[in-house]
Amino acid sequence: MSVRFTLDGKPVEAGDDETIWQVAAREGVAIPHLCHSTAPGYRPDGNCRACMVEVEGERTLAASCIRKPTEGMTVHSATDRAATARKAVMELLLADQPPRDRAYDPNSAFWDMADANGIEASRYPASLRPDPDTSHPAMTVRLDACIHCGLCVRACREVQVNDVIAMAHRGPHSEIVFDVGDPMGASTCVGCGECVQACPTGALAPAKDALLQEIDRTVDSVCPYCGVGCQLTYHIKDNALVHVSGRDGPANHGRLCVKGRFGFDYVSHPQRLTTPLIRKEGVAKAVQPDVDPSNPLTHFREATWEEALDVAAKGLREIRERKGGKGLAGFGSAKGSNEEAYLFQKLVRAGFGTNNVDHCTRLCHASSVAALMETIGSGAVTAPFAEVKNTEVIVVIGSNTSVNHPVAATFFKNAVKNGAELIVLDPRGEALGRHATHMVQFRPGSDVALLNAVMNVIVEEDLVDHNYIGGYTEGFEAMRTHLKAFTPEAMSEVCGVPPDTIREIARIYGRARSAMIFWGMGISQHIHGTDNARCLIALALMCGQVGRPGTGLHPLRGQNNVQGASDVGLIPMFYPDYAGVEKEGVRERFEDFWGAKLDPKTGLTVVEITDAIHDGEIEGMYVMGENPAMSDPNLNHTRAALAKLKHLVVQDLFLTETASYADVILPASAFPEKDGTFTNTDRRVQLGRRALPLPGDARQDLWIIQEIARRIGLDWRYGHARDVYAEMRACMPSIKGITWERLERESAVTYPCDAEDHAGREVIFGDGFPTPTKRGKFVPAAIVPPDEETDAAYPFILSTGRLLEHWHTGAMTRRTDVLDDLEPEAHAHLAPNDVEALGLAGGELVRLSTRRGSIELAVRIDSGIPEGMVFMPFCYAEAAANLLTNPALDPFGKIPEFKYCAAKIEPLRA
Amino acid sequence: MRDTTTIRHPGKGKRKGRRTERGRQPTAESLRQVAALLGDPPHDRHLLLEYLHAIQDAHNGISAQHIAALAHHMRLSMAEVYEVASFYAHLDIHRENEEAPPPLTVRVCDSLSCQLAGADALLDALADDDGRAVRIVRAPCMGRCDAAPVAEVGRHHVVEATAARVREAIAAGDTAPASMEAISPDDSAYAEFDACIAGTHTADSVRTTVEQAGLRGLGGAGFPAARKWQFVLAEPKPRVLAVNADEGEPGTFKDRHYLETEPRRVLEGALIAAWAIEADDLYIYLRDEYPQVHAALRKEIAALRASGRPLPNIVLRRGAGAYICGEESAMLESIEGNRPLPRHRPPFPAQVGLFGRPTLAHNVETLYWVPHILEKGAAWFADQGINGSKGPRSYSVSGRVKNPGVKLAPAGISVRQLIDVHCGGMQDGHAFAAYLPGGASGGILPASLGDVPLDFGTLEEHGAFIGSAAVIVLSDQDDLRAVARNLMAFFADESCGQCTPCRVGTEKALTMMDAAQWDDELFAELGQVMRDASICGLGQAAPNVFETLLRYFPEAVR
Repeated sequence: MSVRFTLDGKPVEAGDDETIWQVAAREGVAIPHLCHSTAPGYRPDGNCRACMVEVEGERTLAASCIRKPTEGMTVHSATDRAATARKAVMELLLADQPPRDRAYDPNSAFWDMADANGIEASRYPASLRPDPDTSHPAMTVRLDACIHCGLCVRACREVQVNDVIAMAHRGPHSEIVFDVGDPMGASTCVGCGECVQACPTGALAPAKDALLQEIDRTVDSVCPYCGVGCQLTYHIKDNALVHVSGRDGPANHGRLCVKGRFGFDYVSHPQRLTTPLIRKEGVAKAVQPDVDPSNPLTHFREATWEEALDVAAKGLREIRERKGGKGLAGFGSAKGSNEEAYLFQKLVRAGFGTNNVDHCTRLCHASSVAALMETIGSGAVTAPFAEVKNTEVIVVIGSNTSVNHPVAATFFKNAVKNGAELIVLDPRGEALGRHATHMVQFRPGSDVALLNAVMNVIVEEDLVDHNYIGGYTEGFEAMRTHLKAFTPEAMSEVCGVPPDTIREIARIYGRARSAMIFWGMGISQHIHGTDNARCLIALALMCGQVGRPGTGLHPLRGQNNVQGASDVGLIPMFYPDYAGVEKEGVRERFEDFWGAKLDPKTGLTVVEITDAIHDGEIEGMYVMGENPAMSDPNLNHTRAALAKLKHLVVQDLFLTETASYADVILPASAFPEKDGTFTNTDRRVQLGRRALPLPGDARQDLWIIQEIARRIGLDWRYGHARDVYAEMRACMPSIKGITWERLERESAVTYPCDAEDHAGREVIFGDGFPTPTKRGKFVPAAIVPPDEETDAAYPFILSTGRLLEHWHTGAMTRRTDVLDDLEPEAHAHLAPNDVEALGLAGGELVRLSTRRGSIELAVRIDSGIPEGMVFMPFCYAEAAANLLTNPALDPFGKIPEFKYCAAKIEPLRA
Repeated sequence: MRDTTTIRHPGKGKRKGRRTERGRQPTAESLRQVAALLGDPPHDRHLLLEYLHAIQDAHNGISAQHIAALAHHMRLSMAEVYEVASFYAHLDIHRENEEAPPPLTVRVCDSLSCQLAGADALLDALADDDGRAVRIVRAPCMGRCDAAPVAEVGRHHVVEATAARVREAIAAGDTAPASMEAISPDDSAYAEFDACIAGTHTADSVRTTVEQAGLRGLGGAGFPAARKWQFVLAEPKPRVLAVNADEGEPGTFKDRHYLETEPRRVLEGALIAAWAIEADDLYIYLRDEYPQVHAALRKEIAALRASGRPLPNIVLRRGAGAYICGEESAMLESIEGNRPLPRHRPPFPAQVGLFGRPTLAHNVETLYWVPHILEKGAAWFADQGINGSKGPRSYSVSGRVKNPGVKLAPAGISVRQLIDVHCGGMQDGHAFAAYLPGGASGGILPASLGDVPLDFGTLEEHGAFIGSAAVIVLSDQDDLRAVARNLMAFFADESCGQCTPCRVGTEKALTMMDAAQWDDELFAELGQVMRDASICGLGQAAPNVFETLLRYFPEAVR
């Protein structure tokens, strides 16, 4: 329904929810505004009064940003009365601003608006203004420039829903505060910087006066960190990144997290490798990394590219000639582009002659993908996380989303504010828990028990979707029989959740008209990870919660391109687009396409490769951007394997722990230094654009791969990432409709996309699944206990994961100033009661040991940790959690059990 | 194998790691303390202010730890609690590095009537008493302007206060609210409400009678009561009645008068109005300055519940020292547990009110008259007005008159008649020079306009309004510039801070008033933007202070 009214004498129409300001903007009538932002997610607040207009018949003026027109209303935007009021508002605010030549943001919206109103100075007396707060490493707070517009409050509370910023006190004493008026750096602030992006004056600004630098150019790109795939803009001066702002991409709508916004200076870290390095003659490889990344010349010598590439290729070639392809393996990276991943796996397959190619997806969602492939024939998500806006019930299990996918979590919180129910299931309490309508903490490792009990209730109470089961699934009867034994009462003993709670959440999910399930590593990183995922898939299938708007299964991807790297075949069992290596006819197709003889056997996975090195089978490796010496379980074993390799080529930005075992180190390109496509957790293919030149003699990864390829007998001639992409499109039907040019134009397109003029499909499988029967399969799961349970000697459960500020093994994030300042040290996170029981205080040192190793680190009191558990981030080289973890594998996904092993804690007193 | 310490930290390690999660963590002690005050969950968001009162009352202040603990128990963030707590003058928040307030607080009213009666001298005299055991603080109008100056020792109001009497109360530990005399048994109480329940009155007949009586909103807006009922009735159920017992306009004490003398009549009026609009909930928002009324109402509401009458859900809520909560939409926000910022209109509370429901908001006096009108008829009420006005009016008269107090007089009476006929004339030695017809907001008029009838709509042409009929009489002895400054300081203190014209305007105006010669032109521009562009009545009316002074007493500011 539209409303007709008159604006400045002209008849106009307004849509249902349109404000006067919006209609005016649409009609080309510029009305000044300060507290109103046109960025997505910001509601108008009408407090600054800079947008006043005159409505005929009303006693006072109206704030056009918040006022909706009514039928027949007559609005004047340009009367003297309105203009006088708007000018006066600007003049009042200007009285307390720092002078323009000392503005904290010279290009701020405030000064634009002052110009628009023709106000240069204020006749009003200035007031006393507060002192600056520089306690936060990433942001400076100078409230002397605050105009109390509350945009930062909306940014923090309504957009990102971190609830740290408030307007406290009242009247002229009103003040923007953090928590209880604490310094920003001592507050609960998570550093997303949304407030900085929203601030119209620079009162909240990136630290070090980044906004004062005159920018030469901007480049639109994508965030290099997690799988959310936020679009961003690099602001560049003199070929250096000055600051980063969020862009309105389909995944993030302008939002970023602390990593994406402030974690960019790793690219110019002094430890950046800029010259190829060759291990010095006679320098042995120690079992523990022993090279100082600031001073690699103790172990390596500098070399020309020509020499380094020759040595690198020669070593690989020799092993291939002596042992065949099975003597070699390659680790690519989910941090690289699709083109890099594609070319890397092609090199290993066509050049090395083996399928021994894998990457960290193996440590991440391998079990989820195994279960998804087995049951619904596709390893990707069935719907983007943005679908939460259309859902009634959001289930988040085994995912600390606000830490690991912070921007995705903001949309979950938005959905809850709009009335969705949020069920969080996790052994750990987490930040999302405060927003959950149901926060259920269950015993670590008891996922199958809990989920089977939930399904037991849904089946017993007949909350299943019979039509869906009949139309789109198979194996339900066996599932029904299987579930009989898993009563809430029986399973409550196992998972520690009261039967009534199990029933309650089962009913909520079972009765929901639409529901989505999100999961993370808490599901996948178990020896029963595939079983865990099977349960989630079965739950969705029996309730018909797949394939419609607001429904879906969504394993949240951990790295920026883990989806894409898997899609393009950087895994040992699939060629690009999940064409099975051992599947009839597939190999022949790729042999034709690539013009090379291919290994008919599925290759080895990450942990299996380590074992094969120990067994003497694999002797040479090419590692691109991966850091197994930090990321793999039971590092002493992994590191011994790396040290044992006869030939190791490492291509990276820094001298990583893995690179310390290298024979040849090839300095590569960082994210902002290259063009390439990246596929986020939603299946959105997005374009990363080159923003910076390469430092020193570092080279494009694509060029390096190609040079290695040429030296092992492949005659490759790719000029640019777009050439590689063109080849990918030729063998990957999923991205048929997504051309490079289209990506340059649109920045993001979701696959599957059949034609260039089709929008990609976001919610998929509304009409069946890509399985042989077109049906989704129920696969029952039995309870499998953790591989290594606690006992008297090792009474704590050790679980590992990430911190908000650090990503993967920390190679990049620990080398950014802000992130390092925020989380500089490793901690063992323990429940308050456990800390007390151990006679410890926060910050005290302990020795944390498992049967595989021991590390020393400080204790952090963390109320989210259940008693009996110790949580450790795995990004700290000096206290590497993976020295302790258990390499026991899930039999299907071959993923190690990072989320559960037995540990002990001994206080260390000085 | 174990020696991993040789691995260098790849970061710079400028800072130390945190020992806990981010930000302040509630201690076990504070969690226990707060839990003990909250009772069993669920701890609804809208009870936030009540919980803050509970902490303040139990611990003589609210520590940052209490805020962290309360946030934890309510599943809110600390910011969400702090922004509300820090708004109210009666909540004392102290962070870890700040001292808790002394065990006893003495609030000295410094609003105009008390100022005229020597509040400054009293504050000066008590300055030496301010210390570790007692603190002396300024506070706005306590609604006892007829017995100025007033000081509140703990929760005990000392009227016609002197330093000696305040010290006496301190020494005697006399800090409890003076108990309201037991509400006198009155067999006729609730008779009209009972007649409604019994069907003797119908909702229609009640509304028609109220309409014919010409009853208007006596909180200050003067909107016809019956019309408001109609608006609310046009909206779907569930509906709410919200009683605004937060009179805070300096000089106003008529609602306290009725709540102290005839609380049953007020409650009866509320019950009738709630019944007439078929409200499920009846909220009473009572200002914190009237603790004795709070106790009496709580008791009376319990008695009502015990009486077996069919009642709406009656909820008594307590303000916490914020004038803005008398603005009806701010009051609704306060009841909801939010920062009490006035809402944008439309939508009006009648459409989207408390908890989003259609809400009828009424002032105490308005409701007080409802049973009287039903009992005695519409004409009885309407006929009491003079000079074309309808009904009686309860004028709160204070200042330089001989007998200040609540004066029940005809609507339309002039201030001169009010002084002469109802207040025994001016105090000795004082000659009538000026008056405030409507408290701090209504402007300052000269004695030459002393014969204008006092009612809604009669004073506007003179740049003033009647508002809540708080008449403060000034004499030739009074420094009008100081009066204006006092009023503007009040507005600056009490502005919620939401909109620029009011937040910045009140503060700038106050500073500008210190100039030897006022800047007429800038004041005129400031007045216009405040009046035209402020969100609510506070900012819109605040310029009356300087505009009327400049208009009628230009010599005072030159």
